[in-house]
Amino acid sequence: MNAAGFPVLSLITWLPLVGCGVIMTVRGDEATVASNARWIALWTSLIVFAVSLVLWVEWNPHDPGFQFMESLPWLPDYGVGYKMGVDGISVLFVLLSTLLTPICILASWESITRYVREYMIAFLILETMMVGMFCALDFVVFYIFFEGVLIPMFLIIGVWGGPRRVYSAFKFFLFTLAGSVLMLLALLAMWQYAHTTDIPTLMHTHFPAKMQFWLFLAFFASFAVKVPMWPVHTWLPDAHVEAPTAGSVILAGVLLKMGAYGFLRFSVPMLPQASAQLAPLVFTLSVVAVVYAALVALAQEDMKKLVAYSSIAHMGVVTIGIFTFDVQGIQGALFLMLSHGIISAALFLVVGVIYDRLHTREIARYGGLAARMPFYAFLFMVFVMASVGLPGTSGFVGEFLITIGALHVNFWLALLGSLGLILGPMYTLYLYRRVIFGRLTKPDLRGLLDLKPREIAIFAPLALLAIWMGVYPSSFTRFWEATVTQMVAQHQQAMAAPPLLPPKVQLAEATSR
Amino acid sequence: MIYFTAVFAPLLGAMVSGLLGKWIGDRAAMAASVLGMLVAAVCGPLAWVLLEWGGAPAGVMSLGTWIQAGSFHVHWALRYDALSATMVAMVSFVSMLIHVYSIGYMAHDSFRRYRFFAYLSMFTFAMLMLVTANNLLQLFFGWEGVGLCSYLLIGYWYDRPSACAAAIKAFVVNRIGDLAFAVGVALTFLTFGAVGFDAIFSHLAQHQADTYHLLGASFRVYEVIGVLLFIGAMGKSAQLFLHVWLPDAMEGPTPVSALIHAATMVTAGVFLVARMSPLFNLAPGALAMVAVVGGSTAFFAATIGCVQNDIKRVIAYSTCSQLGYMFLGEGVAAYPASIFHLLTHAFFKALLFLAAGSVIHAMSDEQDMRKMGGLWRKIPITYVTMWAGSLALAGVFPFAGYFSKDAILDAALASHSAVGYYGYVMGILAAVMTAFYSWRLLLMTFHGTPRGDHHAMEHAHESPLVMTGPLMVLAVGALSAGFLLHGAVLGEHWQDYWRGSLMIAPANHIMTTMEQLPGWAVALPSVAGLLGIAVAYWFYWWNPMLPVRLATQFRPVYLFLLNKWYFDELYDAIFVRPAFALGRLLWQTGDATIIDGVPNGLADLAVDGSRGAVKIQTGSIAVYAFVMLIGVVALIGVFLIWG
Repeated sequence: MNAAGFPVLSLITWLPLVGCGVIMTVRGDEATVASNARWIALWTSLIVFAVSLVLWVEWNPHDPGFQFMESLPWLPDYGVGYKMGVDGISVLFVLLSTLLTPICILASWESITRYVREYMIAFLILETMMVGMFCALDFVVFYIFFEGVLIPMFLIIGVWGGPRRVYSAFKFFLFTLAGSVLMLLALLAMWQYAHTTDIPTLMHTHFPAKMQFWLFLAFFASFAVKVPMWPVHTWLPDAHVEAPTAGSVILAGVLLKMGAYGFLRFSVPMLPQASAQLAPLVFTLSVVAVVYAALVALAQEDMKKLVAYSSIAHMGVVTIGIFTFDVQGIQGALFLMLSHGIISAALFLVVGVIYDRLHTREIARYGGLAARMPFYAFLFMVFVMASVGLPGTSGFVGEFLITIGALHVNFWLALLGSLGLILGPMYTLYLYRRVIFGRLTKPDLRGLLDLKPREIAIFAPLALLAIWMGVYPSSFTRFWEATVTQMVAQHQQAMAAPPLLPPKVQLAEATSR
Repeated sequence: MIYFTAVFAPLLGAMVSGLLGKWIGDRAAMAASVLGMLVAAVCGPLAWVLLEWGGAPAGVMSLGTWIQAGSFHVHWALRYDALSATMVAMVSFVSMLIHVYSIGYMAHDSFRRYRFFAYLSMFTFAMLMLVTANNLLQLFFGWEGVGLCSYLLIGYWYDRPSACAAAIKAFVVNRIGDLAFAVGVALTFLTFGAVGFDAIFSHLAQHQADTYHLLGASFRVYEVIGVLLFIGAMGKSAQLFLHVWLPDAMEGPTPVSALIHAATMVTAGVFLVARMSPLFNLAPGALAMVAVVGGSTAFFAATIGCVQNDIKRVIAYSTCSQLGYMFLGEGVAAYPASIFHLLTHAFFKALLFLAAGSVIHAMSDEQDMRKMGGLWRKIPITYVTMWAGSLALAGVFPFAGYFSKDAILDAALASHSAVGYYGYVMGILAAVMTAFYSWRLLLMTFHGTPRGDHHAMEHAHESPLVMTGPLMVLAVGALSAGFLLHGAVLGEHWQDYWRGSLMIAPANHIMTTMEQLPGWAVALPSVAGLLGIAVAYWFYWWNPMLPVRLATQFRPVYLFLLNKWYFDELYDAIFVRPAFALGRLLWQTGDATIIDGVPNGLADLAVDGSRGAVKIQTGSIAVYAFVMLIGVVALIGVFLIWG
């Protein structure tokens, strides 16, 4: 049936739920339940990760289309089916999700003490939703997973979060939901036009230009919030600050990629004219995000907020890359998404380590940790450097490819879009200096211990990946090379015969420039 | 293979000492690091000798794929040609000496030393990757790698706030140049479809007429690339406007200043322009900019060097100024002269820094020259080597600077261009000041009455052999390098030495005309140097009250120079503080009030409305309903418009 010989995608998607079922059967006193829930969740997620490696091994890099396809009829009369498959764009995000889940579970090992069983269940459900979303090839299935992600995440923030968790959880939920409703409309409109929700079919359906314009805006509302793009980004810092460490990790690592993935899966291939037409708008918002978020990050006094704003700035670069419609630009965007998934996850974990020890995220409460925690300081430096895009780390490859893509569009986009090169080190090194460097004077910092074996186990794979991706990125780019090449070719084909646009739309375009 | 070992032995040393240092201890880590460097220091010069005189063929050693995306291919590779091999020989040799010196210098440091040696070796590796790069992107890898190590080493004493601030400043200011560099590399790819040097140089003729539209005008694309790459070089090589990080970088341990902020890293910009010489030859506008910025920096930094009191800062500004000379030479297309000056400068400037370090070591970490004086009897070896370095820097025959610096000035004059003449005048003025501040340093430090506190003077002692040894080796280099090499590197057979790794446009005969200048022009730089020395003796030997009187009489000028032309204050007011203020403003007003005002207001509205109308509803459901309502309205709107 596919290269793996068994429905691997469905297995990866639904296996975590099996783990949930096992956790629910656990009985006993509270401590036993908590301990068993942790171990079951960890083993489940590790098995899922092991299974997902099949995708890495069995991948055929020469096939630009979907691989490991599965299809079951569901609502055949309405053109809706249960269809799964991954192409170059989605495959590595499946692996990213399955990698980060066990790391998150390990990171929550000691810091989560209340409702441990429920917490682990929430995380496993979250994994199902994330993986399902990246694998879904039917719009309805996609939409269900896409929205489904919100629920466990909402609970993780709202139940296990910090003092203002309820406000943050609602803000997160409402911002993202507001956009999603519009996407549902777009879904309905597309279904009405094409009589199917099959994504591969929709990708080859030509929508009229005027319709594309409105569909694009509807998608844009949903994905822009998820990315998040300026000015709908304000839910992110709040959500991050209140979320538990693992929640932030998954939010930054995977959930932020959903918006950008949506652009690549729907907007660019299905709505080529509208995408090209509205690209200047995206570029403007992205450049604003790059500068705005970086400046705001500079002023932060809360470590998590700082990292959250840095995510906004990085994702701004990603959206520039996507809308260059250029082989290097889109590959760069994919690479940066992947790299950001590793690095921002790691940075939130880095913050989590000292938060677990001192229970404060306030930067001013730290200083001089290098003296007590040299290994921690070393790892922190590795991730800081990867975050500022030092060549030889994963951050550089994506940013540089995007610079090339942006330069294809115009000089100023390349220059302004790369401003993160200067602004990035300003806020990250300033953070590093205030936390790690300086004289260790505060009495409660003297007793801090360096990383424990469990923590090293969390960071080691991320640090190795950040360097591996930087030194030998070809082992990752090979996954999407064919897909992106085909995507760009199709985009150029679609643009070769531009349909006439109604005057009203041209006006809108003119104002957006 | 020898070449490969030269590049990767320092990496191995760095990894052993850095990753295992905590467990194997400082001594073993230090041994690993120094051993790696010794191996490199044998292999590097050997590879150079084999290439130049042993008949080994130039070539490229491929190490594997790096980035591959569509038509963008970049490989890891080591380039083995005259320029790279010369640089590798110099970098590995000087670095080895500085590693050895550091054993003594860092012996009494309060921190664990494995970290220091790991950084130092890591730096050397990155620098070697930079000079052996076969494409612009790998060069950028080394470029940023040395930047990282420089950051780590400037901030090595991380418990000092000034060191941390200087480290960040160095990184960020460099990144300003790097932004232009990165865009320049991207533009190179767009123009040539490749970033490998051979691919670029072999297609130069095809794209010569290409233009690039910018700011409403159209420029030749080579000019744009040239200017962008040069802005990158300005950051790394601390040229005017982007120089502010270099003096502050003196916060690092002195061996670091010698290796990174004098001999190797800061010359990376000069190397970049030389490496891209075939392209720069076709970009006369960019070259003119190189010459003007170089000449101006040479003059500007020298003026500041004349009044500084910190012994390391004097040498730092001197470095800045000498880098200006190198760019001036490149600006008039005399690349061999610039690279030659780069090499000799590496020797005598590393020497000056290490000797200064020896002085500081002797004076129990005192760096202010006003608190020194009369030291020459206490530390004779340091004194003599410092003389050697100063003679070389001032360009006194037959020391190294005489051959290399004068060659640049000759070339500037011989270029018969406006920018050349400008650079020449600036260079001659700077030469007077160079000699002046060098002898000011010597006289203030080693002669006159001891002004240090009694305790420090009592304890002043010559450094151990592990430190004076490298000083003596470098002194020999400062004495002989110019004399021995100038014939091969600059003489009429310069092309046999460089073998196409440095290209001068065929119509440009600068290398010949600079040899045919009138007698006064040849003598002038030496006269300028001797004049500067004489003035220094007059000021600080015969008439020590004169500088004080001058400083009081021309107080505004003095303060202007002492405060480094107020660049730091200016940048702080224009860029740094506004950035922080803007950040706070955007955060508190932009995010919290304006952007969040809308959804929070909507939520409040909905909550209030629902409370009033339907008591059983909770606020959240109301918001949900409200959003749905907006959706329905939009839906209707959309279909209406389609209709």
